[in-house]
Amino acid sequence: MSGFAAVRLPDARWHPAEVAFWVALAAAPFVFPGHLVLGSQVLITGLFALSLDLILGYAGIVSLGHAAMFGAGAYTAGLLARHGWGEPLSGLAAAAVAGAAIAWATSFIAVRGGDLTRLMVTLGIGLMLYEAANQAARVTGGVDGLSDMAVRDLLGVFPFDLAGRTAYVYSFAVLFAVFLVCRRIVRSPFGLSLRGIRDGARRMPALGSPVRRRLIAIYSVSGAIAGIAGALLAQTTQFVGLEVLGFARSADLLVMLVLGGAGWLYGGLIGAALFMVAQNQLSSMNPVYWQFWLGLLLVAMVFVARGGVVGAIGLARERILGRAAR
Amino acid sequence: MFTSLPGVLFDGVAYGSLLFLMSIGLSVTMGLMRFINLAHGAFAMLGGYVCVVGMARLGVPFLATLPLAFLAAAAAGAVLERALYRRLYRRGPLDQVLFSLGLTLMSVAGATYVWGSGQQPMHLPGFLLGQVRVLGVDLGIYRLFLVALVATITAALVLLVRRTRFGARLRASVDDAQASAGLGIDVTRVFSVTFALGSGLAGLGGALAIDVLGLDPTFPLKYLVYFLLVVVVGGAGSIAGTLAASLLLGLFDVSGKYYVPAAGAFVIYALMVVLLLLFPGGLRRGAR
Amino acid sequence: MNLVNATAAVIAGAALLFAAPARAEGTIKVGLVAEFSGPFAGYGKQIQNGIKAYMKQHGDTVAGKKVELVLKDTTGPSPEIAKRLAQDLITHDKVDFIAGFGLTPNALAVAPLATQAKTPMIIMNAASSVITTKSPYIARFSMTLPQVTEPIALWSAKNAIKKVFTIVSDYAPGIDAENAFLKAFSSHGGQVVGSVRVPLRNPDFAPFVQRAKDAKPDAVFIFVPAGEQGIAFVKAFTERGLQKAGIKLIGPGDVVDDDVLEAMGDATIGIITTHHYSAAHDSKENEAFRKAYAEANGEGTRPNFMAVAGYDGMAAIYQVVKSLDGKMDADRAMQVIKGLRLESPRGTIYIDPETRDIVQSVYVRRVERLQGGLYNVEFDKFPNVKDPGKTAP
Repeated sequence: MSGFAAVRLPDARWHPAEVAFWVALAAAPFVFPGHLVLGSQVLITGLFALSLDLILGYAGIVSLGHAAMFGAGAYTAGLLARHGWGEPLSGLAAAAVAGAAIAWATSFIAVRGGDLTRLMVTLGIGLMLYEAANQAARVTGGVDGLSDMAVRDLLGVFPFDLAGRTAYVYSFAVLFAVFLVCRRIVRSPFGLSLRGIRDGARRMPALGSPVRRRLIAIYSVSGAIAGIAGALLAQTTQFVGLEVLGFARSADLLVMLVLGGAGWLYGGLIGAALFMVAQNQLSSMNPVYWQFWLGLLLVAMVFVARGGVVGAIGLARERILGRAAR
Repeated sequence: MFTSLPGVLFDGVAYGSLLFLMSIGLSVTMGLMRFINLAHGAFAMLGGYVCVVGMARLGVPFLATLPLAFLAAAAAGAVLERALYRRLYRRGPLDQVLFSLGLTLMSVAGATYVWGSGQQPMHLPGFLLGQVRVLGVDLGIYRLFLVALVATITAALVLLVRRTRFGARLRASVDDAQASAGLGIDVTRVFSVTFALGSGLAGLGGALAIDVLGLDPTFPLKYLVYFLLVVVVGGAGSIAGTLAASLLLGLFDVSGKYYVPAAGAFVIYALMVVLLLLFPGGLRRGAR
Repeated sequence: MNLVNATAAVIAGAALLFAAPARAEGTIKVGLVAEFSGPFAGYGKQIQNGIKAYMKQHGDTVAGKKVELVLKDTTGPSPEIAKRLAQDLITHDKVDFIAGFGLTPNALAVAPLATQAKTPMIIMNAASSVITTKSPYIARFSMTLPQVTEPIALWSAKNAIKKVFTIVSDYAPGIDAENAFLKAFSSHGGQVVGSVRVPLRNPDFAPFVQRAKDAKPDAVFIFVPAGEQGIAFVKAFTERGLQKAGIKLIGPGDVVDDDVLEAMGDATIGIITTHHYSAAHDSKENEAFRKAYAEANGEGTRPNFMAVAGYDGMAAIYQVVKSLDGKMDADRAMQVIKGLRLESPRGTIYIDPETRDIVQSVYVRRVERLQGGLYNVEFDKFPNVKDPGKTAP
């Protein structure tokens, strides 16, 4: 029973590396003033990846359709702004509800069945929503997208400017707040039980842990966060395109999370940053190269990493962050 | 409206046959090796490009390119299985998804680099073009050819699986790979041959699909969903289930587009979710 | 360090503004936002080639300033990518003009940026009527779907076509075309016996064409984005035996786009369409244009209507820079563009000062095999057509 001693509630203290990370992000408007548009997109995608980490890294649910919740949030905020209710923060709240609702409704099928069925169901639901949004073009704008959004000034004071400063600060604040909440969740007994479910779902009921209810709960929370990320994107770009619900968004998200490492909350943020910056640079040179090297990287990662990708990242982060990582 | 029904049904069956040919390899792979291979569409694409290149550059007649497409895809499958896939059979689903996704991206990028991002033009030989009137319904000659070909191949597959020793070994391995190995069956070899065969059939399907579905580098991603859909709904590892699912999906897709064009592709996905709810193990395993 | 301090540090970081750096002088930068890869790759290419032809003829300097093109690839109908690229062009590259826009969704997404940044936006292809209403800084040099569709409706009504089945792509220009055709055709005694809308991405024409055939119309009206979709559609149309059944194919010229007409083959001979430009247009300006185009882009290359729009759009930009003597000001630039008249390779064009949209002649043409290949040969014309999509509320 040598692993016993390591199992206790994790430390709530902040590791210095974490603090440095957040301060660096906060300083970006001063250091990279010309790249704030990309910056806020990175933050928003990081938030989205965070939501996937909750279900993938902590609860072990592999989803290829997480964009469904993201898109639901984006269209909710977008439609509100389009039809007169342009206040950003309440738009965020509405989007969170929308994302949670979709997640909750689909969780019953998503937490059932084996890995493959789950993958297919999440994929199928994502595609269905995409098609539904496409068909309901009168409401969503279809392929042309939803524009003419009148997003009001943030807190009534800060307008969304062209250079993206307000957008960046807004996204950063929301990301940080949600991160704090997630940190709380994963370090709680509830969070620990999720990891138990991920590692051995059959054994959990023996401990008195209601597996399905826990999974549905975390899936809904994840949906809410994805919805918030979607709303942020809609509000900061004042536009919602069909691609917010697309398969490419879900697949890219999975890749980002895995790149950074699932299961430690920072993986999504780091993966999103790496992926989007690299994509921005390489894609503008030649989109074909980007796709090819990304594919090669994925294949290489799967082979080179011992114990698989998640395992290798786990080793690295244990070494760097010690107990604070768990 | 009902006078059009036989024509629509026929189109649906033709489309379904094509889906079957392209998906059967994936179904058996998933049932046999329990491997989630998202890159299956890349083998179909390879077959398609072999056909186009054969016809355009080498002047090979269309019918002759079909076995070439099959062989090229089968060879690629055999090589990749040996070199890469084999090492990942015991890994979890996430690793398998990432690996096959990576492979797919590489194939899409590679195809774009070599052949450009446009649709590949392809001209069928004259005797396969046009329509023929059967019992008052205009049927496309090419689609008749497709259905006939797939029916033959299906019959051959069933014979292979039911009546040959290899088929017996295959069925045993699908049911329980560990026990089969224990009985002295060379499971590794069964895996290789099956993978190659499945990829080859996908390649053949890809070549046949050019006229119906078109061919461009995004083919593996575009139709991935349909292949997965067929496999999951039909039940991995089952020929009958895959056939039933392909035909069902083909029929629903074509009739949906014909009778309710406004609903479009939505019908397929809605159908899938419904079927998965009713039959979580796939059509073959029946209702739970 | 505990949570309170961490949060305080973060909030302290949420601060203020500082001035943007000054713009570079000496060059006129034109940002070209269009499709250079993916299924619509031909669009950006043709627009760029048209621009190159213009610059070959007229040099790359105006009013003492060098004209520089910055290319950005939207990869297809991806409004969010287009928006981000345009934002980059405006804030980073500090362009004086944004131009291009092969697809309507992309143009619609960028329109608010043109207003916010006060940058003239020159549309060189996107064809939905509503685009020019989205910003006072937008001017269009291509065409609108109602503008090129109404003539075919009128022509058909006069030429023994009574029943038509319409098939269009499901996005703004397609819907514009469907409505414009319906309105014009029915008001001249015709009857639309059925309509379907095909998805823009990955369309599958077979069931829709079959449905059209079963409705037994005199003709099928088709609008799909020019290029590959046209090829796929005509293929399905001939294979299903509609031509044999005597059903004609009509529509705006997108389906027999010069860029792919040769590749479509003899199945297209006899198709009648209406459009504002054919590579076979017989005029001095077109001859010069085709020559410059071949010089700039290679022997044997053929321009299409997008190349002409690129050419004319560039002509307008040069005109603006010359009139303003190199000192760029968005409002004054728009003043120059409103009412601008050009002798284009397609004929005379002029920009309506009220709508900032293009007014041009629309020709009726038939596909024929000429000495150089398959071409759309003009045989009738509707002069000075304003966009009818705007006169209706």
